[in-house]
Amino acid sequence: MPPIFKEKTKILLEEDIKRTLYRLANEILESSFSLPEVVLLGIQTRGVYIAKRIRDIIKGIKGIELPLGTLDITFYRDDLTVIGPKPLVKETNIDFDINDKEAILIDDVLFTGRTIRAALDEIMDFGRPKRVQLLVLIDRGHRELPIRADFVGKNIPTSISEMVEVRLKEVDGKEEVVILEPIN
Amino acid sequence: MVEWTKKHILEIKDLTRQEMEVVFNLASSFKEVSQREVKKTPALRGKTVVNLFFENSTRTRTSFELAAKRLSADVLNFSSSTSSISKGESVVDTIKNLESYHPDILIIRIDTSACLKNFLNYTKASIINAGDGKNEHPTQALLDMFTVKEVKGKLENLNVLIVGDIMHSRVCRSNIFGFQKFSSKVRVCGPPAFIPFEFEKLGVDVFYDLDKAIEEVDVIIMLRIQRERQNLAYFSTLREYVENFSLTPQRLKRAKRDCIVMHPGPVNWDVEISSTLKDELHPLILKQVENGLAIRMAVLYLVGAEKRERKTLRK
Repeated sequence: MPPIFKEKTKILLEEDIKRTLYRLANEILESSFSLPEVVLLGIQTRGVYIAKRIRDIIKGIKGIELPLGTLDITFYRDDLTVIGPKPLVKETNIDFDINDKEAILIDDVLFTGRTIRAALDEIMDFGRPKRVQLLVLIDRGHRELPIRADFVGKNIPTSISEMVEVRLKEVDGKEEVVILEPIN
Repeated sequence: MVEWTKKHILEIKDLTRQEMEVVFNLASSFKEVSQREVKKTPALRGKTVVNLFFENSTRTRTSFELAAKRLSADVLNFSSSTSSISKGESVVDTIKNLESYHPDILIIRIDTSACLKNFLNYTKASIINAGDGKNEHPTQALLDMFTVKEVKGKLENLNVLIVGDIMHSRVCRSNIFGFQKFSSKVRVCGPPAFIPFEFEKLGVDVFYDLDKAIEEVDVIIMLRIQRERQNLAYFSTLREYVENFSLTPQRLKRAKRDCIVMHPGPVNWDVEISSTLKDELHPLILKQVENGLAIRMAVLYLVGAEKRERKTLRK
């Protein structure tokens, strides 16, 4: 029987998410690379919405709209034969050249690192960026691969059995980040 | 959450509308993969796919072969001449032999109708039907439907006309089952000798006059006249066939204004379709080829990435 989860704590509320993304966008601007070379790559599903918000914040500050691509990493997963085929695949769309660009890969939660490994493989099939950096809203630990984020919204210590859910208006109808714990 | 549970793709008859929609959605994603700098994903890395063609085919086989390669599977091509399988047993022996290599997917084309289920007893691999006699050719129907969906934006409530050698056509049968599941109406048209009585039981409208059949249709599928395969006794002369059943600009005008024309290829121009329509119709027929690759990637992915524990011998 699959575990049933209940909400344990709310970590971020709407205002916190807004402030955190604003800070992350500013960290990108403060880092050394030149803005015209930066491209954003959001991982489906919530990474894409976070990427769009980061893009909009940067546009508001600098007046430059960064190119934004989306990645669905399903075909690159390392556990397809364990979980079975995922029939729902969302759009991968990178309609710009990523060669020699400063790519910022964006996801909602960093956990085992396996999604990021798959995303890196997928990015390399589109070309060879000069550099790839990682931005996540939440880092919850428990890495299974040598991967770390360059821009982190919030570090949250969790137990391995817990789940972290980022809920965004565009997909979930509300704005919050919660920790769920199993009740069985 | 949609879950895929089919281990084999044997007939469109077996597939639900929802399952076909899963295939179409995946095919759209795989079309995008084929436009990348590296036209490949690792989804079936380490899997072995065998193209087992007991009947001649180049286009379907190469389409499956490329589809498997774009998913990073290892592909083995096995062809045998039609004559060697006239002894039914040797097909089973061939499958048993191949089983020693532990293949994950067998793509089978064979001239015996509806025989593939029997082979499930001899292999742990998934079986994909690449055409079994006069029975079905599911991936062709899926790619036809996917192409219609792309161009028309829907598959529901269309009038679909299939023209030609209805009797020998597995493409026709698969398309009938497929389109009907989306509540579209199918008409078939051809010389009377090419349309067996059973077809009326399939819920299709039968026409022998193409000028009448073509009225108000949204989609026309022209079948290839398989001159190499059939006994020419069915029609008196090819000229007579062309006279009555070739798609000409005049005839096409009777269809709906936005009617699309497809053909499983290769086209015998001036037999099934007048060559004066070539410039207008060929682009979509070539798009079918591109879509065929994406559809085959989708079905290979769906049966190939299945869970390990489900791989038990069906007995």
